[in-house]
Order: sequence, then structure tokens, then C-alpha cells
Amino acid sequence: MRTDVSKQNEKVKWQDLTPGCRIAGGGTSVAFHTGEWRVNTPVIDMEKCTQCLMCAAVCPDSSIPVIDKKRGDFDYDHCKGCGICAKVCPFHAIEMKEGGK
Amino acid sequence: MAKYIYEKGVEKMKDLVEIRWHGRGGQGAKTAALLLADVAFNNGLYVQGFPEYGPERMGAPITAYNRLSRNEIRVHSNIYEPDYVVVVDEGLIESVDVTAGIHSDGAIIVNTGRGREAIAAELEKKGYEGRVYAVDARRISMEALGKYFPNSPLLAAVVKVTGVMPEEAFLEDMKKSYQHKFASKPGMIAGNIRALELALKEVGVE
Amino acid sequence: MAIRERLSGNEAVATAMRQINPDVMAAFPITPSTEIPQYFSSYVANGKVDTVFVPVESEHSAMSAVIGAEAAGVRAITATSSCGMALMWELLYVASSSRLPLVMALVNRALSAPININCDHSDSMGARDAGWIQIYSENSQEAYDNMLMAYRIAEHKDVRLPVMICQDGFIISHGVENIVLLEDDIAKKFVGEYHPEEYLLNSKEPLAVGPYATAPYFMESRRAHAEALKHAKKVILDVADEFEKISGRKYGFFETYKTEDADYIMIVIGSAAGAGKDAVDILRNQGIKAGVLKIRMFRPFPAEQIAEAVKNAKVIACMDRAEGFNTNCGPIGSEVKSALYDAGIQMKVVNYVYGLGGRDVPVADLKTVFEDMVQIDKDGCTGETYRYLSVRE
Repeated sequence: MRTDVSKQNEKVKWQDLTPGCRIAGGGTSVAFHTGEWRVNTPVIDMEKCTQCLMCAAVCPDSSIPVIDKKRGDFDYDHCKGCGICAKVCPFHAIEMKEGGK
Repeated sequence: MAKYIYEKGVEKMKDLVEIRWHGRGGQGAKTAALLLADVAFNNGLYVQGFPEYGPERMGAPITAYNRLSRNEIRVHSNIYEPDYVVVVDEGLIESVDVTAGIHSDGAIIVNTGRGREAIAAELEKKGYEGRVYAVDARRISMEALGKYFPNSPLLAAVVKVTGVMPEEAFLEDMKKSYQHKFASKPGMIAGNIRALELALKEVGVE
Repeated sequence: MAIRERLSGNEAVATAMRQINPDVMAAFPITPSTEIPQYFSSYVANGKVDTVFVPVESEHSAMSAVIGAEAAGVRAITATSSCGMALMWELLYVASSSRLPLVMALVNRALSAPININCDHSDSMGARDAGWIQIYSENSQEAYDNMLMAYRIAEHKDVRLPVMICQDGFIISHGVENIVLLEDDIAKKFVGEYHPEEYLLNSKEPLAVGPYATAPYFMESRRAHAEALKHAKKVILDVADEFEKISGRKYGFFETYKTEDADYIMIVIGSAAGAGKDAVDILRNQGIKAGVLKIRMFRPFPAEQIAEAVKNAKVIACMDRAEGFNTNCGPIGSEVKSALYDAGIQMKVVNYVYGLGGRDVPVADLKTVFEDMVQIDKDGCTGETYRYLSVRE
């Protein structure tokens, strides 16, 4: 049976826990919003961005979507605000703003 | 399931026969014990064949055991009061208490070229008064096989002395076993059978 | 029809493994491993099985490899002994807590130092709380039978736990004795095929195994694991019933020998049980009501059933082939006394450490245990409750 990840939460009773806590089903980490952990938020200035894509390559959380060789805005559901993208950007196009929003 | 029904020796064999082997690592005492277990098994008995594991080095004294029984065997301990003892290397009589615990109606079988009398005298000095059998496995093996493989003559000696199975059944079974074992070296079959026959003929005669 | 054979315990277990034909065997190929992987690798080489044999560089890797294989969706097996199992330690828990139904053939041998390669139960008794099912064998026949039953227990949907099939090192593993084998097709039919519901290599239905469980999940995970061991009790009996139908050999949580009316009962595990039964017969001839209870299933522990089986005895002796190093009792002593307490049974219990590091266990020595029990009964006082049998002092 496929695991309903939404039911495998901190309220789950032992009877309803999957054996060995295994999770059946793929890509379930999408449903887990690590963006809630963010204390600093990256903001991109598209005027300065040259689409060199250095940021997308280093993002540890795959939170910079690239479509047709062009990056879009951040996936704030999953960006933890680590700031690596801002550090590597050669054009200072990414700024870390204080706060999770 | 027994291939052979043991009739001739019924009065000879007890319900349980316990045998202790003394040899040196590499001499084949363990193999001989397992061979004896095999032939007894093929004659319908319950069997155990097991070595006592010590330092496991070539030349070190080793002990192996057999239990042969008409009934299921439950005990898995070593044997302290054997019915029979087999000494594969007579040099061990000096260093190991080979006669320890032998039943008063039991016997010791020694592989020696010195003859029964000499061995019996040596064992008597150590306080052993029971029956002694000698088998010259080296001479028999050299005569029959041209090489020193003591297992066949020793095995035959044990079968004859203990009477755990009829000699004909034993020979028949060993023939099959050799045919299987020496399928690629058929020259060994006749020699080994000859070694068995010689030992069966000689042991206990002198 | 059943096949009459004579095999050592190692050969017997390897034969059962050949009949099971697992998909993967990973084992360390040299000492302290046993002859089991050696025999089995010859089956692999000769095409008698279609198992992938992985000769790993350590037991830690052996257990890791069978965990990986089992999670991937196949039947995996390993065999080890003594310090080999000790090196698997970390992974024993991973296997059981990940609920992977793999099987281990364990040959019980002492843990060093001083260096020793012979039989005692220190290895598996040390791992008794690792969440595995542990089944012990008295002889080659039981080792073979238990191995054939292992996957049926392990893979049951209410269980899904690894199973350890134990036999006594050298005494059973290297001793040749009579055994009755099942024919290959009957054994194979009994074991059946393995079709896991979920497995890693199913690309159509992805799966994650072995996740990180924070404090809010970990206890629930352990509680569920413990429940699986409770379920295992019924499954072990059901599988034994089914096995009896094809083999004629009956198995339960434990075997009792003349315990029904016994005043003095010895509780023992493994190959020494046979000598215990012989000792019972000697004492019965002398008019002493002696009996033996041989534990087959140690994990889960059949506490209520054992308490029930021994409740009418005057004195019982728990025989531990492992030192508990707690100055109080050995593993069997601990479990049995706890079982009696919970059942509300007040009884004299004496606990012996015996047979360590291959120390031989003759009938005469076990007879003294019964004689001690008679004396305890007469004195009305147990004296030293945790003792050594046949130790020079």
C-alpha cells in the first residue's frame, strides 16, 4: 500500500506507523516544506541576473528551478535560506533579507 | 532403510558402542572416524563421528570419537569410558593416556609394526590389563597400495574387533564407496579393498 | 520419501539453504566464519542454486549486504559465528528495526579473550535484545528443520523480522550424525517463493527504507517492532504445525522431557539437552522425578508458557552457556525468574553457568545439577543462586 505521508506525522500511533518507518511512494520530500525553517530569505534582482546559473548548481535544496536554461524565482516552500546562492553569485544579484518571508 | 540386515553379529554388538581415536593432526584420525560413521550408517545404525578440537596443527595429538547405536543418540559429550580405543600413532602411547577409561570388556587397537606382544607389554606397564589388538597398517598399506594410507587397514581392524557390522557387508559397502571416491583413479579401488581384506584377515589372529 | 542421511550441523544447514535457494548470500569467507558459506559457495559454483554469492571483506559488510539485498526485494541470507557476529553488531539492529526478513545461520561459539574458538552461547546471547527472532537447535536435525522454517516466520506479514538460527559450535556444527532430510521439491514447496509487497528495486513504486526518525517517531517505531515479536509467537507455532505435516517432526516454543510430574526441572538450550535427558533417565531409575525443558525459541521469550510448564516443580535449574557478568544470573536465569515472578510463582531457582569455551558437558556433570536440586529441596534453602558447573576451584 502506498504511504499517505500526511498521516505519518508526529501524532501517528505506533499501530499506524509503517514498518521500519519506511515510506512507499516517490518524491515525498516535496510535501515536506523545509521552507518553514528559513530565517533569512534570498531575493533575486532579475535586472542584475545574467542567467549564469551558478546559483542553481550550488543550491543544496534544489530550490532554484531552471526551465529552458533560465532560472526562475526561488521555490520558497523548500528554500532553507542557507545563503550559498547569494555568496556564489558573481553579479551580486541575490540579496539575503532578514526574516523568513 | 538399512541396506544390510545385520544378523551374524547381533549377539556381539551392544546397543551402543563408543570408540575413541587417538592420532596426530594430519594423520587422518578424524577422517577415519567419519569413515567408520559412514559405513555404520550405511549398515542401518545411528552414528556420531566428531573430533575434539584443540590446537589443530599438523602433528599435534588429536582425539576423535564415534558413537554407533541401534537407537537414536542424544548425548553430545565426549567419550570418557569408551568400549574401544584406536591408536593411529603408537608414539602417542608415551605422551597420552590412551587407555583411560576403557571398558573392562573393551579393547584397544594399536597401529604398530612391532606386533601385539610388544604393545601389550608396553600398555601393561602403564597398568592396562584389557584386550590389545595390533594392526600393521603401514605394512598392509605398502603391500596393497604401495603407499602409506593407514585409514583402510585401521577401519577394517575396527570393524573386525568391534563387530559393529558383518565383514561382508562392510566390504561390500566400502567397495561402493571406493568406486565413488576413486572414480577418476580406478587403480586405487582394488588396492584399498586388498588393504581391507588383509587387515580383516590379520587382526586378532596372532 | 524422506531421505536418511548423516551430516554435520554445517552440512545440514547448508543443505537447507540449498533447498531454500536464496537470491543473495553475503558472508565473510574465512575464519571466524563457518563451513556453511564454504559448502554453499560450492552449490553456487556447481549451479545447484542460482544465488548471488558475495564474499565480503568483513561481517559488518556481510550484514550490510544482506540488508541491502533484502531491502532491494530479494531473499538474502548470511552465516557467521562468534566474533564474526560481534562485528555485525551495529547492523543487527538496522536489520531488525528496518523490519527486513533476512536469515542468519549462526554457529554458537565463545567470544575472546582468552582466544577460544569453541562452543558457548556468548555471541547470540549478547545479541538477544537486538530485536531478532532467535531459534536454537539441539542437533543437526533441528538446525536443518529450523532453517527450513526460518523464512516462513521471517516473511510473515505480521512479523517481518530477521531470524537467527543457532546451533552449537563444533559439537553440532562439526559432528556428523543421522538426519532425515526432506526431498527438494517438498522443502521448496514448504518454503515457497518470496514476493514482497514493497521493495527498493520496484521502479514503478518507489520506496524509502531506513529513514531518520526523530524522537517523536522513534518510540512508536520500537513499540511496533516489539509488537511484531509478539505476533511472531503465533506464527512460529503455525509454521511448526505446518512443518509437522510434511516432516512428522513436532516443534514448539520449547521441548519438555518428563516434566509433567517432575519435582526437579533443568532448563537448557542447545546440544547439552540430550545429556540432560540421559541424566533424567538415570535419576528416574533411582526414583527421583527429574525433567528437562529445552528452550527452542529464546526471542521472543515464551515466558507465560515456561512458567506454566514448570509451576509444579519444587526446584528448577537454569543452565546458561554464557556468563551474564552481572553477578546475579545468566540470560536464561534472568528470563525464567522474571517469568515466574510475573506468573506469581514462588519457587527455588538455581542458575548454573556451564560449558563455556567448549568445556565438555557429560551426563555425569548434569546429573550433579539434579542432585544439587534434590539437596536444595531437602535443605529448604537454595544457597548460592548463581553458580558454575564443573569449574576447578
